[in-house]
Amino acid sequence: MLVRFEEAVLPHLDAAHNLARWLIRQEQDAEDLVQESYLRAFKSFEGFRGGDGRAWILTIVRNTCYTWLQRGRWKGLTTSFDEEIHSPDTDAVNPEALLLGHAGREQLTRAIEELPVEFREALVLRELEGLSYKEIADIAGIPLGTVMSRLARARKILEKSLAGEMNKEPLK
Amino acid sequence: MNCEETRHLLHAFLDGELDLVRSMEIERHLDGCAGCLLACQKQQSVRSLVQSGSLYYRAPESLKNRIQAGLSAANRSTPESEVAAATPFPQRQPRWGRSMTWAAAVAALAGLAIIISTLVSKSSRPSQQDLLAEEVVSSHIRSLMPNHLTDVASSDQHTVKPWFDGRLDYSPSVVDLARQGFPLVGGRLDYLGGRPVAALVYQRRKHLINIFTWPRGASDGDSASPVQVPAHQGYNVFHWTKSGMVYWAVSDLNASELMGFVQLLRNAT
Repeated sequence: MLVRFEEAVLPHLDAAHNLARWLIRQEQDAEDLVQESYLRAFKSFEGFRGGDGRAWILTIVRNTCYTWLQRGRWKGLTTSFDEEIHSPDTDAVNPEALLLGHAGREQLTRAIEELPVEFREALVLRELEGLSYKEIADIAGIPLGTVMSRLARARKILEKSLAGEMNKEPLK
Repeated sequence: MNCEETRHLLHAFLDGELDLVRSMEIERHLDGCAGCLLACQKQQSVRSLVQSGSLYYRAPESLKNRIQAGLSAANRSTPESEVAAATPFPQRQPRWGRSMTWAAAVAALAGLAIIISTLVSKSSRPSQQDLLAEEVVSSHIRSLMPNHLTDVASSDQHTVKPWFDGRLDYSPSVVDLARQGFPLVGGRLDYLGGRPVAALVYQRRKHLINIFTWPRGASDGDSASPVQVPAHQGYNVFHWTKSGMVYWAVSDLNASELMGFVQLLRNAT
């Protein structure tokens, strides 16, 4: 059974780690939670009907991380995000100014990490993991429409906060 | 489509999650609206920035080793309940022990929840056929999204049928009903009830019809004459069995024409 389990979910370790790392925003705890998720997954492996091992392990990682966040170890859950305060008017920003090279990796990481966790989750699963709305909806346990609106909000906030950074540090 | 609708659907559009008709409506709107086009370009920039920003955190090798060590330890210690209590997991941080007792509590709660939900749902649980019908309709809807309809696009049954060889452990019958007004559009591999199945796509005027077929198993019903399932989300659904194969047909085509198609298909397979 261990062999079957490892074949089903170990190939998705990168995906599991990436999701946990973005949700938790900290390497050590993220690794612990991934490990905990794999042990949990192993114990409930008999209930796994086969199929998409990646979606299955990502669901467990996601739930494990949320539980950890909710237990108050991290106050970042559902940070209320006041778009009005954080957001300068971006209609003045030229889209080319948003192109890669102008916003560095660190700046981008910070902007994503500042997103409320539900938005961050949708964004990471979509842009970095390349999952469909349906797959994200299944993993996060939310309706398709909510996936769409969370992604829209996430990207809009991101667009504004990146534009904000640029207003602070004008490009040469 | 107006600006408000376009902005609302813009993300689904960029993500390729919209059906063809609405995608084209958005494209048409963008052609004539500078404001929405700018919004679209900005979002595209954000997307490509995020996607190409090397933001993916790969798992370090040490984590993999740690997990494998933990798994084989958990695998050795039986019975199952002791796994939670003994925590033979290599520990790196002291909080691990606490989180395991907590995990045991959660497991107990989950167990209770399962018992309760089984008791509650005994009477109201949807039948296997209902669940399958729901899956059939979702697959149909998903197939209508751009680039999801066919893996092999061909109106030639002799192209579509061999395409499934090696992709499935059975060979679906693919028939040509073009002369009867139902041209073949193509085929694709889909998943239903947790197994790969053949999906064949036919067309009637502008209506697409998905046919899902697989060898009949123990859990599948047996109904030689087509059974109409109550319409789900406005889609008509029929299923039947023939020659050891299960068939499901789903379409937004009206029920009587779909039934006609089903009869033609049954006679030809």
